[in-house]
Amino acid sequence: MPLKDFFIHIGRSVISFLYLLGGLTSLAVQTVYYAFTPPFKVERVFEQVKKTGNDSLPIVSLIALFIGFIFALQTAYFMQRIGSELYIASLVALSVVRELGPVITALVVAGRVGAAITAELGSMQVTEQIDALETLATNPVKYLVVPRFLALIVVLPLLTLYANLIGILGSYLICVYKLGISGNLYMRVTFESLLYKDVFTGLFKTIFFGIIIALVSCYEGFNVQGGAEGVGRATRLSVVKSFILIILADCFFTALFYFIFP
Amino acid sequence: MINIVNVTKSFGEHKVLDNLNLRINTAETCVIIGRSGCGKSVLLKHIMGLLRPDSGKIFVDDKEVNALTPRELNELRMRISMVFQSGALFDSMTVGENIGFGLIEHQHIGTKELLERVEEALSMVDLCGIQNLMPSELSGGMRKRVALARAICMKPQIILYDEPTTGVDPITADGINELIKDLHDKLKVTSIVVTHDMKSAYKVADRIAMLYQGKIIAEGTVEEIKNTTHPVVHQFINGFSKGPITETLECFR
Repeated sequence: MPLKDFFIHIGRSVISFLYLLGGLTSLAVQTVYYAFTPPFKVERVFEQVKKTGNDSLPIVSLIALFIGFIFALQTAYFMQRIGSELYIASLVALSVVRELGPVITALVVAGRVGAAITAELGSMQVTEQIDALETLATNPVKYLVVPRFLALIVVLPLLTLYANLIGILGSYLICVYKLGISGNLYMRVTFESLLYKDVFTGLFKTIFFGIIIALVSCYEGFNVQGGAEGVGRATRLSVVKSFILIILADCFFTALFYFIFP
Repeated sequence: MINIVNVTKSFGEHKVLDNLNLRINTAETCVIIGRSGCGKSVLLKHIMGLLRPDSGKIFVDDKEVNALTPRELNELRMRISMVFQSGALFDSMTVGENIGFGLIEHQHIGTKELLERVEEALSMVDLCGIQNLMPSELSGGMRKRVALARAICMKPQIILYDEPTTGVDPITADGINELIKDLHDKLKVTSIVVTHDMKSAYKVADRIAMLYQGKIIAEGTVEEIKNTTHPVVHQFINGFSKGPITETLECFR
């Protein structure tokens, strides 16, 4: 009965999505509670900031630079036809700062840092290290999730800001050295086209992307079942779920800002 | 004193603990024996409050474990240590940091005292001078002994051992057994040892209890268990491949 199977499949998917939302909400509540409950171990947050930031810098730099190259070249294809090459600067600046920078950075961090968090916590789960933490009177959410959660909230906006600059630099290199636009003119058009609200809305949503990556990756890590295969499966699911939730959140915030700051 | 009253626990359809009752007196070493996968480790995790029973109660010194607030549970856990079957050492920390973890997190002692306590714990398991090694650099037996050192470093009143001698060579196993006995004799630590290593069980036990099909089917002193007429216990302690335990499995097949 294919129709019955189809509905069973849909039902299971809905239930599993609701489970995920329930689990993430529960983890979010605990994380916020323990983030504001003493003792505060700031050094653990710094350690995670250093780790997640350092780990992501090379890949974010590379991808942002190439996004800048590609976007400038693709835009130039049309702009040259209508003789408006100078507007490439505005178009790239707005697209990178408002959309591409935040989303691409979040996706890269979800793939790079989120996967590493799930694999690490998943391995700890299957080797009973998380149980060992509890037996040593240490709450795993406070010890493992809170520092990663706070670190990603701090790191993602900073990385996005950095990716924005690198993306604009990539476009600058193409426009100045390939299309022959004056460097000063390019920078002037770029900064004239950008408003504070463009930068603010772009960076604001990355805080939520950071929250999504931290919660999804920790949740999947804590819920690993089985051995190495379970860790692999959880890592894959963590990245896929983070990607989907980041795109959904981006869609929501883009619509929200469109109406709040028209 | 640890008192386990009518504890039942199921995972899905599989009932692991079935109305289990057991009492462990203060300063006693109780060895729980049973086949692999019969629920021995699950029972230890219930005592630690890592798992909650479906029904029944567990009391540690008259405090019901599952009725405690998170703060009270942590206070209780400061008095109980658990040695995991796999060691469960933290991969990202050195041996010294692993052993001193509880002291660093909760007792806020000075560096000098911390190092002394770590050294003392390591010397008790015959592993002096390996504080700076990472767990990945240790052999299986060393990992187990470091896990033991981490457990005793907190100077607990109760220690739960999950198969402490499994997977180690006979000489290391005997060393671990001696240590369990020493802790019992000198410090009057209450111990629960889960094992299916009968040599170890006979050496350390004040009392042996056998877990079978979710229940304690027999308990007694070492001599009483050795001389038991209970067919299941008799088959298990003598390691016979034929008997009521395997016949039950055959029926299911």
